[in-house]
Amino acid sequence: MVKVLMKGNEVIAEAAVHAGCKYFFGYPITPQSELVAYMAKRLPEVGGLFLQAESEIAAINMVYGAAGTGVRVMTSSSSPGFSLKQEGISFLVGSELPAVICNIVRGGPGLGNIQPAQSDYFQVTKGGGHGDYHIPVLAPASLQEIVDLTQDAFDIADRYRTPVIIMGDGMLGQMMEPVEFYEAKPKEVPKKDWATTGTRGDGGPKIITSLELNAESLEKHNHHLQAKFKQIKENEVRFEAYETEDADYILVAFGTVARIAMNAIRKARQEGIKVGLIRPISLWPFPEKPFIDTRDKVKSYITVEMSAGQMIEDVRLAVNGHAPVDFFGRTGGVVPTQEEIYHKIISVAGGVEV
Amino acid sequence: MTMLEEIIIAGFGGQGVMSMGQLLAYAGMFEDKHVSWLPSYGPEQRGGTANCAVVISHDLIGSPLVSRASTAMVLNNPSFEKFEPMVKAGGLLIVDTSLVTLDSTRDDITIIKINATELAIELGNKRIANMILIGAFLEQSKILGMESIMESLKKVLSPEKHHLLEVNHKALLKGTVLVQKQVGFTG
Repeated sequence: MVKVLMKGNEVIAEAAVHAGCKYFFGYPITPQSELVAYMAKRLPEVGGLFLQAESEIAAINMVYGAAGTGVRVMTSSSSPGFSLKQEGISFLVGSELPAVICNIVRGGPGLGNIQPAQSDYFQVTKGGGHGDYHIPVLAPASLQEIVDLTQDAFDIADRYRTPVIIMGDGMLGQMMEPVEFYEAKPKEVPKKDWATTGTRGDGGPKIITSLELNAESLEKHNHHLQAKFKQIKENEVRFEAYETEDADYILVAFGTVARIAMNAIRKARQEGIKVGLIRPISLWPFPEKPFIDTRDKVKSYITVEMSAGQMIEDVRLAVNGHAPVDFFGRTGGVVPTQEEIYHKIISVAGGVEV
Repeated sequence: MTMLEEIIIAGFGGQGVMSMGQLLAYAGMFEDKHVSWLPSYGPEQRGGTANCAVVISHDLIGSPLVSRASTAMVLNNPSFEKFEPMVKAGGLLIVDTSLVTLDSTRDDITIIKINATELAIELGNKRIANMILIGAFLEQSKILGMESIMESLKKVLSPEKHHLLEVNHKALLKGTVLVQKQVGFTG
């Protein structure tokens, strides 16, 4: 295996190609444009198709069309562009089409800026578009982890016939780290006998639609979707717990913020403060188990986010009143420093002399 | 012995500060160290100053963001103003005095001042000033070998620019020699 030094955005693209993605429809936006540019160059080399759409809305609907034929397809954007895709994402869920959508989050609301943020957490985990739905969301913290999770994203999408979101922030997209690509063993995914590739006289017409005018039938379809979401919640939870065994305080952070938090934890541990970390890797389904395992032992949780406090709501639900949940966050594209997080730990721990 | 080097390189866009950072990151990777490279890519970059953070470590890297640098290399006055105070006590500040007119009053860090741009012109190519600074950094920090840097240069320079490898090597050596002779040292 050879290590290569690449930008996060490029790693997502190359990992998608390794996962068998041959179709990409997108529209450039900072800080994820390198992903689009990489696909434009790379996909023709593997016999795939890259198309720059006229807008994000067009791109997600092209994804819908391609997904209907059963191919592995992807689009990516950053916050304002990701918002534009919400209608199409809701259609993908309703029609049960597998696809991977990447959101490299930047500061908002509105056009905001191009700096790193995590303030689309609500949008990605609670639906985002209209209707009753959830989408599996994977949040890598390192470039090597992108390689693994991108493969997983395509597998989950095919296994459950659902769109899957990969969420990173501008920092993850722009930074470089060494990565190793590997040929993943193809996972067992169900045969796509629903794909609209022509019947060849071997059965009835195949219809992909999210329209169901009959209320009882649509309720039945919703029950089916909810049962699927329940299955995903049982099978697809991913998290990392670091030094939580003896921890008096547990930081909760995802993506690159978890790495910054890790530095603060190491420093606090050196000072004799027992701090651990829970890092949700799947933001939905949210990992409840590490909280259930620790919530009667810790003095407090501290959620750290690049937002005004969004994941903290899921942390509170998982902790369910068993322990206090504190918060530290920076917004608008400002990245919290390890010193700031360390000082937050100190203040929550009751002002140990620094 | 564990090693954690947190480096900031800052200057104007077009001076090659991003490439300097990538050069160090590649070299670290070739030596099987953990590395990360994080550019500033915001409006500040478009407004004239560009910087990147490079972390090189024996252990897994936590934050790729550097808020307290063990080394800062600064190539213009705005970068000096911003990053000179961010160098950790005991850290290293390398200044291109051809471009930076400000002076540090800190006595808790090592400061190496090199008129790199002028020296580069003497060597025949103004654009290799940053390699003189990298050479100084290599000699002073001893965390990366010259061979790995030369290997990295082949990655950072596109193949059609490989005829410049030799002059880059000369510039790197110039920087190392200056440090060996303790030229430009304060603090």
